[in-house]
Amino acid sequence: MLSKKSMANKKLCNTDRAKEEAAHETRRDFLKQSSLLTALALTPAALLKAAEDQWDEKAAWYFEKVPLSFNVNGVKQNLSIEPRVTLLDLLREQLLLTGTKKGCDHGQCGACTVHVDGRRVLSCLTLAVMQEGKDVTTIEGLAKGDELHPMQAAFIEYDGFQCGYCTPGQIMSAVACVREGHAKSDDDIREYMSGNICRCGAYPNIVKAIAAVEKGGQKV
Amino acid sequence: MINFQYVKAATPKSAVDGLTKSATAKLIAGGTNLVDLMKKGVTTPDKLIDITQLSLKEIGKTNNGLRIGALALNSDVAAHEQVLKQHPLLSLALKAGASQQIRNMATVGGNMMQRTRCPYFYNPDMPCNKRAPGTGCGALKGFNRMHAIFGASDKCIAVHPSDMCIALIALDATVQVTGPKGDRRIPFAEFHRLPGDLPQKDNNLQRDELIVAIDIPDNNFNKTIHYLKVRDRTSYAFALVSVAAALDMQRNTIKDVRLAMGGVAHKPWRLKEAETFLKGKDATAENFRQAATIAMQGAKGYGYNNFKLKLGPNTIVEALKLAAAKA
Repeated sequence: MLSKKSMANKKLCNTDRAKEEAAHETRRDFLKQSSLLTALALTPAALLKAAEDQWDEKAAWYFEKVPLSFNVNGVKQNLSIEPRVTLLDLLREQLLLTGTKKGCDHGQCGACTVHVDGRRVLSCLTLAVMQEGKDVTTIEGLAKGDELHPMQAAFIEYDGFQCGYCTPGQIMSAVACVREGHAKSDDDIREYMSGNICRCGAYPNIVKAIAAVEKGGQKV
Repeated sequence: MINFQYVKAATPKSAVDGLTKSATAKLIAGGTNLVDLMKKGVTTPDKLIDITQLSLKEIGKTNNGLRIGALALNSDVAAHEQVLKQHPLLSLALKAGASQQIRNMATVGGNMMQRTRCPYFYNPDMPCNKRAPGTGCGALKGFNRMHAIFGASDKCIAVHPSDMCIALIALDATVQVTGPKGDRRIPFAEFHRLPGDLPQKDNNLQRDELIVAIDIPDNNFNKTIHYLKVRDRTSYAFALVSVAAALDMQRNTIKDVRLAMGGVAHKPWRLKEAETFLKGKDATAENFRQAATIAMQGAKGYGYNNFKLKLGPNTIVEALKLAAAKA
């Protein structure tokens, strides 16, 4: 709803095109300034420094989204993202693939493990913007329809989890572990699965599940 | 994490130019340490230059050694045929570090450039001369169980956590770098530095230089070698103390030897005096013990890490025994 003052302003400006344009200019300046103030209030020292000289150009960099196209579970994604978004946050928050879990968010627990171009990596320490053209596989991409991946079936059969929070990361890591040829012995499995922490302590059954898949010889 | 500008470098020169032009830009490859530090607000670059497109991933023979591209992944280097055959010590050290997921991301150059650090460095609420020069060292009289026993200063007692670098210093590697003034080579032992009065500087690479490759000269350390890492859990933990031991044996006599230690200093710690002592001697437990005693001269504990004064020499002896046992 327009205030009395702004209605009066409108009336006044309608009478004079030049005045109207001037008012628009003022309004634009006001918006520009107020968004600058908001920007300054919300952004770090680096931007404040940038604001001192040529802020127009530099501020644009800070808020610019960068195009990204890559494949997630075989589906091409064309997105526009901020450079600071991690692959983990992109998967969970924007693509709504919440199977990949955020545990520590600092590369210490392995809950966020996904495959990028066939290799297991930590999505929490991976910048999404650096994945241009790559193929990402998450836990959602393992099963074929209703048919579980052999590693998923083995985790159920051998009771390889309790609370289940670390499980998607464990399974992604386990699949890679077998593919890499690092599941030839229980010691090897323990060593090469050490980047996946399980606070419930389901480790013995996780090792059994992986050893069973390795022994079963199915294609993983 | 604060936002930043993101650009991709197409050539080593454009990466160097990017660094020259911006005082707060940083290079990113694997990002396993940098992204973490950025999340914590410890490092706040306003521009990241992605160097992963550069052709610096090759591993191959040179006239007198092996050259490993700076962007070769830690997992690829550890599993590389030539590395396993000629420098198995490097492979062992790499496999002792981090987890397979991190080794799949981390590059050789990035492994070297990971920060020398400790929990005080990682916590912006704590004093730390490395993160905020002049604020003091929280670890000096604080919780310093993981900290240095060699070469520390009252400004900083953090340790460089790399395992790979312990093998590379033992193998007399050389770092090939390029910068605005051209190319230069840095002996590995001179790459990282001690804290002194400038703990904010981990190494001697100029801020607008790029690591291109690591050269490892040919040697005979391909069999009686061992990398022993002692840590709080069996795998996926930083070293309390680690030892790289490489022996070149003729029957039971040590023709040549290399010894280096991790988890004990602001930089990879080479044990030259102990090596000199062992050369020409027999591979016996007594000689190993004497070498360890020599190696520990000048070591200093800071309280919670005093146990390293005993764990250190024991680990040296054990690593030498395990290396010799592979004869």
